[in-house]
Amino acid sequence: MSEIQYRVAKNVKDACAAMAAAKGKGYILAGGTDLLVQMKSGTREPGVIVDVKKIPEMVSIVEKNGAFTVGAATPAAVIGEHKKLKKTWPGVVEAINLIGSTQVQGRASAGGNLCNASPAADSVPAMVAAGVVANIAGPKGKRSVPVEKFCAGPGKTNLKTGEILVSLTFPKRGKDASDAYLRLIPRTEMDIAVVGCGVSLTMKGDTVKDARVSLGAVAPTVLLVDKAAKALIGSKLEDKALDAAAQACSDACTPIDDKRGTIRYRTKIAGVLLKRAALIARDRINGIEHRGHR
Amino acid sequence: MPDGSPNPKYKWIGTRPDRPDGADKVTGRARFGADFNLPGQLIGKVLRSPHPHAIIKSIDTSKAEALAGVKAVVTAKDFPEQANLIVPTGEMQVNLRDITRNIMAREKALYEGHPVAAVAAVSEAIAKQALALIKVDYKVLPHVIDVADAMKPNAPVLHDGMITEGVNPPPTKASNIAKRVEFNKGDAKAGFAEAEIVIERDYSTQAVHQGYIEPHAALASAAEDGQVQVWSTTQGHFQVRGFCAKLLNLDTSQIRVTATEIGGGFGGKTVVYLEPLAIRLSQKTGKPVKMTMTREEVFRASGPAPGGNVKVRIGAKKDGRIVAAECTVEMQAGAFPGSPVGPACMCSYACYDIDNVHIVGFDVVSNRPKVAAYRAPGAPISAWAVESTLDILAQQLKMDPIDLRLKNAAKKGTKTAYGVTFNTIGMVETLEAAKSSEHYKSKPKPGYARGVAAGFWFNVGADSSAAAHVGEDGSVTVISGNPDIGGSRASLALMAAEELGVDYDKVRPVIADTASIGFNFVTGGSRVTFATGLAVVNSVRDLIRECKVRAAKIWNVDPEAVMWENGMAKPAGSNVGEFEPLTLAALAAQAGKTGGPINGHAQLNVTGAGPGFGVHVCDVKVDNDTGCVTVGRYTAAQDVGTAIHPSYVEGQLQGGAVQGIGWALNEEYIYNAKGKLDNPGFLDYRMPVASDLPMIETILVEVPNPTHPYGVRGVGEVPIIPPLAAVGNAVARATGVRMTDLPISPPRLSAALDAAAPKMAAD
Repeated sequence: MSEIQYRVAKNVKDACAAMAAAKGKGYILAGGTDLLVQMKSGTREPGVIVDVKKIPEMVSIVEKNGAFTVGAATPAAVIGEHKKLKKTWPGVVEAINLIGSTQVQGRASAGGNLCNASPAADSVPAMVAAGVVANIAGPKGKRSVPVEKFCAGPGKTNLKTGEILVSLTFPKRGKDASDAYLRLIPRTEMDIAVVGCGVSLTMKGDTVKDARVSLGAVAPTVLLVDKAAKALIGSKLEDKALDAAAQACSDACTPIDDKRGTIRYRTKIAGVLLKRAALIARDRINGIEHRGHR
Repeated sequence: MPDGSPNPKYKWIGTRPDRPDGADKVTGRARFGADFNLPGQLIGKVLRSPHPHAIIKSIDTSKAEALAGVKAVVTAKDFPEQANLIVPTGEMQVNLRDITRNIMAREKALYEGHPVAAVAAVSEAIAKQALALIKVDYKVLPHVIDVADAMKPNAPVLHDGMITEGVNPPPTKASNIAKRVEFNKGDAKAGFAEAEIVIERDYSTQAVHQGYIEPHAALASAAEDGQVQVWSTTQGHFQVRGFCAKLLNLDTSQIRVTATEIGGGFGGKTVVYLEPLAIRLSQKTGKPVKMTMTREEVFRASGPAPGGNVKVRIGAKKDGRIVAAECTVEMQAGAFPGSPVGPACMCSYACYDIDNVHIVGFDVVSNRPKVAAYRAPGAPISAWAVESTLDILAQQLKMDPIDLRLKNAAKKGTKTAYGVTFNTIGMVETLEAAKSSEHYKSKPKPGYARGVAAGFWFNVGADSSAAAHVGEDGSVTVISGNPDIGGSRASLALMAAEELGVDYDKVRPVIADTASIGFNFVTGGSRVTFATGLAVVNSVRDLIRECKVRAAKIWNVDPEAVMWENGMAKPAGSNVGEFEPLTLAALAAQAGKTGGPINGHAQLNVTGAGPGFGVHVCDVKVDNDTGCVTVGRYTAAQDVGTAIHPSYVEGQLQGGAVQGIGWALNEEYIYNAKGKLDNPGFLDYRMPVASDLPMIETILVEVPNPTHPYGVRGVGEVPIIPPLAAVGNAVARATGVRMTDLPISPPRLSAALDAAAPKMAAD
């Protein structure tokens, strides 16, 4: 029986030091909604568990000059109750609130969802579309990377030994901008995305001024699909532009056939969700409420 | 407390009081299988084959046995060989020679997850470590998962000596086809010659799991004198006793089994997996041994219900009268023979009065876990095919689907293809109830389309024992021996209260262990409220007879001069004399002077189970871009006999409908190319969640069963039969695309819609 050490970090420096000392056997415990399940199934065998929930900057939401910095371990339920963040980034907050069940929401975090590095993570495509930046601390100091550069492959991040994800910064946002995230799941809840799609739009009148498009569960990591964004920019989201963007999404997919979906299906659905998410984002800019997952 | 029965004949039957086990279940006090522990117990774990098909050349347990904290290791060597002998288990049949091989692989591992060894250790962690130290030398063999592949002449053969039964002359070569069954009525060939329209289609379904929330769990304690106690989550503790006695060469009286509260079974807990292993480990160690399955083990090695391939051919006249029907069913048995292909064949056309029927079934083994019963075993698979084909017929004849079924409905006197002639049944009444429902009379909401399908199940009787004991204060304990999985304690108490003429809350129903009541066959086949209910009624009648004897003694009159009314002994007529009525309490107070404790008991083999019929109406909306199906409205109508406790009858209809909807839309065992199950968990084995479904509406059609004193029919099985085709027929009508292979999951439906799109555009 191998021994597991449990450590509560008081600050980011502590946490990094503990992780560095663990030499690759260290695991961060935020909500534990992935880690505990993985330990139970035997897929993760930590030597040291570093609990970061007692570090204030990792469990808080701070607004500065219109940008929000969300602690990596902030529970999803807390994020969902932050009115201003929700109003500014409805798509990302909705995506974060799709993780797990109501009970899981009390523990799960966007940071944990990102660090678990699943290509099917719900919050990650939404954060990629939103241009969220991951703030990392480590033995050699701090660095920041865009969320789309954070993961290396299924279950793998680009964090170096001793590095931890501290927080996520959501950029400043104008009034004429909004976002949306849709996922396809065969059920209505308690499920994992067969395809996820995030769209962030900035409009000028009825024309798209700027756009970012992302896809989850169609490649080893979440994709930022520039070609789809380009097809939308300058358009009025007419059918032709949406068709082109949907095609760009389908073209970007390199999925696998597995128990959750076929290559054919995932490739098709990527385009379907792009169209629907883009229209929801525009509706939100126009003050029309939306809720739904497909 | 309820206001009284809606049925004027009764005071208690038809009311909806709280179930006797309800409070403990909502407070968490109820103890389920894994909640039982004993001081000094060891934890048992099972080593399972990673291969779907392999010869076990040798097993070296020495390193595991040497690990500190490991107390015993067992393999097949620790279990005696069994005779080739078929015994009934619920609605299924099992062979003892196969059971001992299923609980512990002998010559071969026949499916991924097949047990090859078990360990008892002082902790779960050490037990798991010990499993990793057991060295099994396998010779991996080619495997076969799919039924159609398993039936091919060049398929890998699972059992070298298996010669197909039911074929004349018998084949000379072993194959994976265990058995061929055939049912004939009239002359199908002549019937088809008469037909003006013939529809023929091929269908398939995938293996599905019963999906009970509570994993299998057992605690066993074998004492030095050979006596064994077992606590197990099971649908039949007498069955556990019987199997364990056979598998371990013990007398049944040496084993005392207590059934814990059960977190769902649906047929899947009518067999043994852990119990014989836990007993053997306890015998070897002299300590209690507790074993529980993980969810992954439940999926890989317990249940499931089979999938199957069905070919259907139906011939009719233009007015809708069916003149001939054929059906061929190829069914997965899992690694050992014994699929429910028989009931699948028998149920296929049982809803209908058809003169010419020909049905053939094949029981086929492949490298999958041995199938177990699941609500109406086999019937949903054949009904999926037959009811889908009837919907095509209705569409082609431009007939209302209920009218088509009414035109052909079975009724009293209809002879089935399997030989039985129906007594009073409610197929016509159920169709009419569905047709006149508010749901069916109103148009589907915009975007929705409607499907209809029917289903039939025999229901069973079999052996039951019951006792009724009067306490010294006159309150009553009703003792029976069937684990309560659907509210049966409430129903038994209601029938006892009604018969005895006392209040429901003066009757306490309990489920005794195997040493404390006579034999009871398993909880299965929708038999408990019917058959054990009859035993309870008879035990109460025996109790009343005894009460009359006691009153007669007190009054010094003949027992025949005493009558029983409203829970009291009264003089049967004015000529008997003037006596104050004697309540149960009054009789109990004087029991010592009149002959001792007052008890009644009954034991019987119950026949005359009344078959049940269901008709379901389902509205769905299809997202054509994604293939996602939304069930918007759903109504289950069923001939339920007398509804003893209507809430729990409705619950059975709702639960069965939900499981059937899951079967139709998303549930399936997914095997990879290596023959391993890819989705052994609730994340990727997708049962419906609450938000996927509307409230399931129910219509109870009460056509009493004439053979039961309160008209009880079993109700638990029928409701899982119609949903597969009710959903499929609704999808066909919503999209114009007929799905013949289940499940109708989004990727499958999307592919079918895209394939049909060019053709539909051209039309």
